[in-house]
Amino acid sequence: MTPSSLDLNAEHLLRQLVPQVLGALTRRCGDFESAEDAMQEALLAAVSQWPSQGIPENPAGWLYQVASRRLVDLIRSDSARRLREQRFSEDLPQSWSQVEGFLDTETDDSLVLLLMCCHPALTEGSAIALTLRAVGGLSTAEIAQAFLVPEATMAQRISRAKRAIKTSGAAFELPPSGERAARLRRVQHVLYLMFSEGYVSSAGPRLQRIELATEAIRLTRALRCQLPNEAEVLGLLALLLLTDARRDARSGPLGELIPLDEQDRGRWDRRQIAEGVALLTTALSKGAIGPYQLQAAIAALHDEAARLEDTDWPQILALYTLLAGMSDNPMVVLNRAVALAMVEGPGAALAELETLARDPRIAQHHRLAAVRAHLLERAGAVEGAITSYREAARRTASQPERDYLLARAARLTVNPDLAS
Amino acid sequence: MRYILMMHAPYGTGEYQVSDWSPEDLRAHIQFMMELNAELTETGELAGGEGLAAPGEARIVRAGASGEPVVTDGPFPESKEFLAGYWIVDVERSERAYEIAAKASLAPGPGGRPLHLALEVRQVMSAPLTEA
Repeated sequence: MTPSSLDLNAEHLLRQLVPQVLGALTRRCGDFESAEDAMQEALLAAVSQWPSQGIPENPAGWLYQVASRRLVDLIRSDSARRLREQRFSEDLPQSWSQVEGFLDTETDDSLVLLLMCCHPALTEGSAIALTLRAVGGLSTAEIAQAFLVPEATMAQRISRAKRAIKTSGAAFELPPSGERAARLRRVQHVLYLMFSEGYVSSAGPRLQRIELATEAIRLTRALRCQLPNEAEVLGLLALLLLTDARRDARSGPLGELIPLDEQDRGRWDRRQIAEGVALLTTALSKGAIGPYQLQAAIAALHDEAARLEDTDWPQILALYTLLAGMSDNPMVVLNRAVALAMVEGPGAALAELETLARDPRIAQHHRLAAVRAHLLERAGAVEGAITSYREAARRTASQPERDYLLARAARLTVNPDLAS
Repeated sequence: MRYILMMHAPYGTGEYQVSDWSPEDLRAHIQFMMELNAELTETGELAGGEGLAAPGEARIVRAGASGEPVVTDGPFPESKEFLAGYWIVDVERSERAYEIAAKASLAPGPGGRPLHLALEVRQVMSAPLTEA
């Protein structure tokens, strides 16, 4: 969609309707691949017609009708699909009230659609792309831009993803109850990765990448509306909001990285923090604590400290300890070591890092070297700190992070007395 | 993860003197490259790439005393190889980038024999930040 031809409100409305309409279409024709293509064409039609003709009285019904007609054409062009065509075109909506009827199961269909796009048969990268198109209503060109690949490449990635779902034989329905929890976790993970992918600060394509974080928040909000009592969905939304609240403060005018302890806290988005904290409070009251809620609680403790020295490190350490007990994740143990250093000093944390250095899952990770560098700097071990900063800079694949780490090393080289 | 695959070809008297090849060999070589690009588009992995003009046309540019470009034809650094072209691929794992590089290395030369050109594979810095 080109936002230039449709005003922002109309575009927002249009994209919100996508999962509802596509869900209903897929349910009726049973062919997600074609339904999704038809949906994209209906969106294009809306973008070209609504600005001059005005927004229809029933925009969802309008989209549904345009997409159904297009779907019949698509199915007709493929002789192997004749049977489906017959079945589907026989009950094309004849009146608006009938369209309303087809769209009635909106809530379930949107959720089924999201679960399908995050199907375990897809790689995480493909799931993100497909979710952005089929649930988020973004065009292939927009998604390609966000991922910095040509449109043709992204178009193929999306159609391969659709084919993979078809091959897996997944039906358009809620997964059996035994699989639901795992499938929902997968959805949450995909949304979390979509957010992280967009939470990039780099000088060039920065603006477009930031859209991914916004999109992830929007889709998580929609998921929350469908599952208002899932504590971890609330926890995930809280985590994204509480992290995103620091977005403006975490990079400088040239896209350079500003770490948490040097950020101007006045630039944190207070309204978003308040919303995140409220969501987290509701989530915690449901009594089903999970990793997203714990991470959100940690983010909230950072966000709520008016000054760096007000940070409640003992509480953060306690939360990381809980989180570490929930999963076998060395990155969590590393984050816990940072909190431990703030509570007990760098010595205790450096000892923990020794253990982590023997874990092959993280031994080569730049973040282990970066944390070691910071701890050594605090312990006054200048030479070791410089070596570790340089090692971390060599290992990271993020440009702003490399620049930051090299600057830390250079600062100590020029003036070793800065280490404390 | 994004990787750049830089295809190096031997400078001077090596086999990669496309101007000396027979038209059939050249066509087969170009066909191979086009098919590889189509394949990488189809797998959803091609992020970009170009072939570069012959190194004889390259110029070395440095800023002069007042910042003006000073352009010379060489001599080039003593390197035995030159950059013939590059791809940028977006893949899930580094191993896949190596696999693609190996495939490109098999581009046919004179007589249709694979050239086994060297490809330098390096990650492009575009990873998401880790929370600092």
